[in-house]
Amino acid sequence: MDQELKREIIMENYLHPFNKETPSDKEKYDYVNSNNESCIDNLDIYMLVEDNIIKDIKFNGEACAISTSTTSIMIKLFLNKTVKEAYEILTNYENMINEQPYNEEILGEALAYDEIYKQENRKHCALLPWNGIKELLQKYI
Amino acid sequence: MNREDFPMLYKDIIYFDNGATTFKPKCVVDKIVDYYTNYTANAHRGDYKTSLKVDMEYEDARNIVQEFINAKSREEIIFNSGATQGLNMITNGFFANLLEAGDEVLITKAEHASNVLPWFHLAKTKGINVNYIPLDDNYYVTLENVKRSITPTTRVISLAQVTNVIGDLRPIKEICEFAHQNGIFVVVDAAQSAPHMKIDVQDLDCDFLVFSGHKMLGPTGIGVLYGKKELLENMIPTEFGGGMNESFDNVNEVYLKKLPTRLEAGTPNIAGAIGLGEAIKYINSIGINKIQEHEKELRRYLINKLSKIKHIDIINYESDTGIVSFNVEDIFAQDVAVYLDKYNICLRAGSHCAKNLKEETGVKNTCRISLYLYNTKDEIDKLVELLSDKDRIMKEMI
Repeated sequence: MDQELKREIIMENYLHPFNKETPSDKEKYDYVNSNNESCIDNLDIYMLVEDNIIKDIKFNGEACAISTSTTSIMIKLFLNKTVKEAYEILTNYENMINEQPYNEEILGEALAYDEIYKQENRKHCALLPWNGIKELLQKYI
Repeated sequence: MNREDFPMLYKDIIYFDNGATTFKPKCVVDKIVDYYTNYTANAHRGDYKTSLKVDMEYEDARNIVQEFINAKSREEIIFNSGATQGLNMITNGFFANLLEAGDEVLITKAEHASNVLPWFHLAKTKGINVNYIPLDDNYYVTLENVKRSITPTTRVISLAQVTNVIGDLRPIKEICEFAHQNGIFVVVDAAQSAPHMKIDVQDLDCDFLVFSGHKMLGPTGIGVLYGKKELLENMIPTEFGGGMNESFDNVNEVYLKKLPTRLEAGTPNIAGAIGLGEAIKYINSIGINKIQEHEKELRRYLINKLSKIKHIDIINYESDTGIVSFNVEDIFAQDVAVYLDKYNICLRAGSHCAKNLKEETGVKNTCRISLYLYNTKDEIDKLVELLSDKDRIMKEMI
């Protein structure tokens, strides 16, 4: 993926994030707050799982361009996947951020962050929502 | 000014985060290295020459601090780890024993967490009430608002002398005068003022005052608690152990040392105290008033330039120190900080530990520039140039 495309994907998801709203029936959702000790990102993430399928994820809060955009991309990747499939994506994404071997076939737009390790201070941002959703997914595994 | 004295500035770096911590002049680093290489020993032993030298240097640092804030006696200067510990000693060692359920402590929404959470802890454990003095339109504390806020139950007013997001100077002397007429104690958090302006605790007449060494060119892990002697005499140590006792036999026979050692249990931060003493000597050699003037001049220059950029929202047009908080329209503060970091410009993004302030300003996170003696107009020019093009920020922030 070339630099310009990565930039476009990140900016598009930052400026027009997918499902950035608090669900009106949030009591049906699993909920996690994801914040970063060393910065000011603070995201509320809501996930709805039915029959082991991720039916919906929404989020709200204040966060930087990287955290916001990766949340948006994560949600798009996870929708209508089984918990196990989502977890597989998550594991590969984490590996990518941490410079470990990963399967790029399943990461789609999230490949835009494949060089984020070059900015140490942005790695936390790129992992923030994924760390939160990991807690929620583990309940179903 | 004096940039050649700061080894960190030999690198290609522009440092605007002096409210968080400051660079150290070489003389301070050398002074610490001197202790560790030439006369390492514990304090308060005195049986051999090296230890006597340590005592002399450590206690000399106390004298330097005493003179720096014009305390009446050296027993009123307690070394600790910093302003946070100082405020916790004041709340847990003094007010926890004095205040009763229903007593009121007044703070403001602009206080740093260190001047909020220790009082919240007393609210939880002792049932005191923590209430807020309202800020005016510029987020300042006025004597009028203090007068309006006190109630028959008010026992303490605890304020930063200068706040860390707005940088406003509070009228501490006038507040002390009024508070004392009403039997109210005044605690002053001087973490953001001591590095930048002359403090005279006798003139202010405050009851307690705290500050940190690392924010004023000194090392980390050293700070100062000042208290009026008669109050410190009634402070119960928050830490017990070596160095602070005369003798002990059993629970009922423990004899503690006099001030100030009674409140400095354990081996003190010797290198830190000596380093702080050297930092103060360095500040004195330049003149703190001169430093303050330099910061004010830089701030005027910065505000003048920033206010001409239409996508910059300045939170504190008015301020008495070198602190400027701002946001770039539509861009998250942290993204601005990361963008500037690409050009080796260091500034802080966040709520700056003043998490209640958002209720007053309506703005949760900001970028904060905090200036000090070694900052220059050239550095400001570079910053302003980088901030003047919003498209460039959007393009380069990720």
